[in-house]
Amino acid sequence: MSAPGLTPARLGGRDVVRVGFGGLRARPARAVLSALGIAIGIATMVAVIGISSSSKEELLRRIDRLGTNLLTVTPGDTLFGEGAELPASAPAMVARIGPVTAVGATGATDATVRRTDRIPKEVTGGIAVQAATPELLRTLDATVRSGGWLNAGTARHPGVVLGSEAARRLGFDRAGGRVWLGGRWFTVLGVLDPAGLAPEIDRSALVGWEAARRHLGFGGRPTTVYERSADASVAAVRDVLARTVNPENPEEVQVSRPSDALEARAAAAGAFTGLLLGLGAVALLVGGVGVANTMVISVLERRREIGLRRSLGATRGQVRVQFLAESLLLSAFGGVAGVLLGTAVTVGFTLYRGWPPVVPGWALGGALAATLAIGAVAGLYPAMRAARLPPTTALATV
Amino acid sequence: MNIIELAGVTKEYPGGVAALRGVDLAVAQGELTAIVGPSGSGKSTLLHMIGTLDRPTAGTVRIAGHDVAALSDRELSALRARHIGFVFQQFHLADGVSALDNVADGLLYAGAGLRERRERAARALDRVGLGGRVRHRPNQLSGGERQRVAVARAVVGEPDLVLADEPTGNLDSAAGAEVMELLGGLHRSGTTVAIITHDPEVAALAPRRVRVRDGLIVDGAR
Repeated sequence: MSAPGLTPARLGGRDVVRVGFGGLRARPARAVLSALGIAIGIATMVAVIGISSSSKEELLRRIDRLGTNLLTVTPGDTLFGEGAELPASAPAMVARIGPVTAVGATGATDATVRRTDRIPKEVTGGIAVQAATPELLRTLDATVRSGGWLNAGTARHPGVVLGSEAARRLGFDRAGGRVWLGGRWFTVLGVLDPAGLAPEIDRSALVGWEAARRHLGFGGRPTTVYERSADASVAAVRDVLARTVNPENPEEVQVSRPSDALEARAAAAGAFTGLLLGLGAVALLVGGVGVANTMVISVLERRREIGLRRSLGATRGQVRVQFLAESLLLSAFGGVAGVLLGTAVTVGFTLYRGWPPVVPGWALGGALAATLAIGAVAGLYPAMRAARLPPTTALATV
Repeated sequence: MNIIELAGVTKEYPGGVAALRGVDLAVAQGELTAIVGPSGSGKSTLLHMIGTLDRPTAGTVRIAGHDVAALSDRELSALRARHIGFVFQQFHLADGVSALDNVADGLLYAGAGLRERRERAARALDRVGLGGRVRHRPNQLSGGERQRVAVARAVVGEPDLVLADEPTGNLDSAAGAEVMELLGGLHRSGTTVAIITHDPEVAALAPRRVRVRDGLIVDGAR
């Protein structure tokens, strides 16, 4: 039997926020400190996600820049498990495939390269000496940092172009000077920029095809053929490449796409560093416990206020909503601060590394949802306790 | 019409302590009543019964025509919000909040919007003579002024009944007299006022006195 006219008035959303905010404003230092825990947790997670996403974005942009239309052909194994070889005609055969726009090749030699003849032969510095075709530079889209590239004139003479890493290891930062290569002096004609899709070129000393034959005992068989084609026909070219290079034994030819490796790295970079993310989750949890603790203490301290509100006509539900709102506001402040902090850390770190800063929208949404969930869970028990306080005992406490 | 009607009200607390032992009391609309008794007489429990802050163990309590026993906790809250205004000995004002907003909170649970609450609060403060203290915070006010703010909060919703629990208990005699004068003014303008006190001097100011002793009304029940 309900009495007519005795329905409690609804407490509007704006008033709920006002009342909740008022409770926090009465103890600002405590509010800031307990929101700090949430902020640290959210900032950690946003930064971890932001930095790994930025790293992924950087790799993807690099792939875009380098292109995905480069294929390499290398010798595989024969049926008997021995190392196969590519035919000497391979570059020319590849060039004959319709959509192919550029073909370059390198051929490994047994020679070593050293700064001078005084350095023992065994100290190679991990630099490979390779014969290179003139087309290689254009095929790789590589650029010369200093000096020049091999051309028809220089390809016959004892001149060498160093990959970026090889130059660093030999102590060259620009062209000019000589290196001891395969038992004689070679002039350093040029130094390359990092080749991007072909890191093996960075660690190579490149000699003209003819010069390698003449001075280094190179047999003329290529060990890697690089080719570029139009983007749309990469798959088609890939299908025919092995048969074109070695029509008799196409199974002895390996074809790969260097950008695939970069894409795999990008995917790995996008998979977050689980440990750091876990650390952020723990910080968030501790922050949530801090909020719950603050709210429990708050309820104990404010029995008088609760009693007063009950005497003014607040229902149990309205008292519950008040403390729940306070808890939600508290963690929302923490969450917003954490998102800003995490974004700032991401932007700072990526600018320092020269990456494009990326903070995915879902990470921000997730952070917001996490703080609201934590605020609700942390505030539930204190709010129930507050609502259960009988108005008389609340007022009897002086 | 009787605003307060108590019939055979008994209140026992756990452990068998009987604070009220069959109290009958009727207070008509517009009366100014002092409920007086020494501490431990049961007058605080009587205040809880009349203020619907607690329910009796036995007997019936009717406030503004509503039988308290028949009402849910939500309905009791609504009853307090619309029909009863409380004045407490310790004022119970929020510290960091202006006098205006303290008074406006008296309407928070009655369903008024913020602007209306503040307008009516300003009028209530005018009525208790604190029109110039609207922006002051409780710690900037004297004890007497604080209690007047509390009175303004109690009357801002124009309740049928104002319940004052030892309203002068924390005040010096001059400030106490001001507050009593204020409550007397409310009575003259038609509000039913019940003052719970242990002080015979305060009780002497009321036209009607109800004496409580050992959980029973010994005088003035009518």
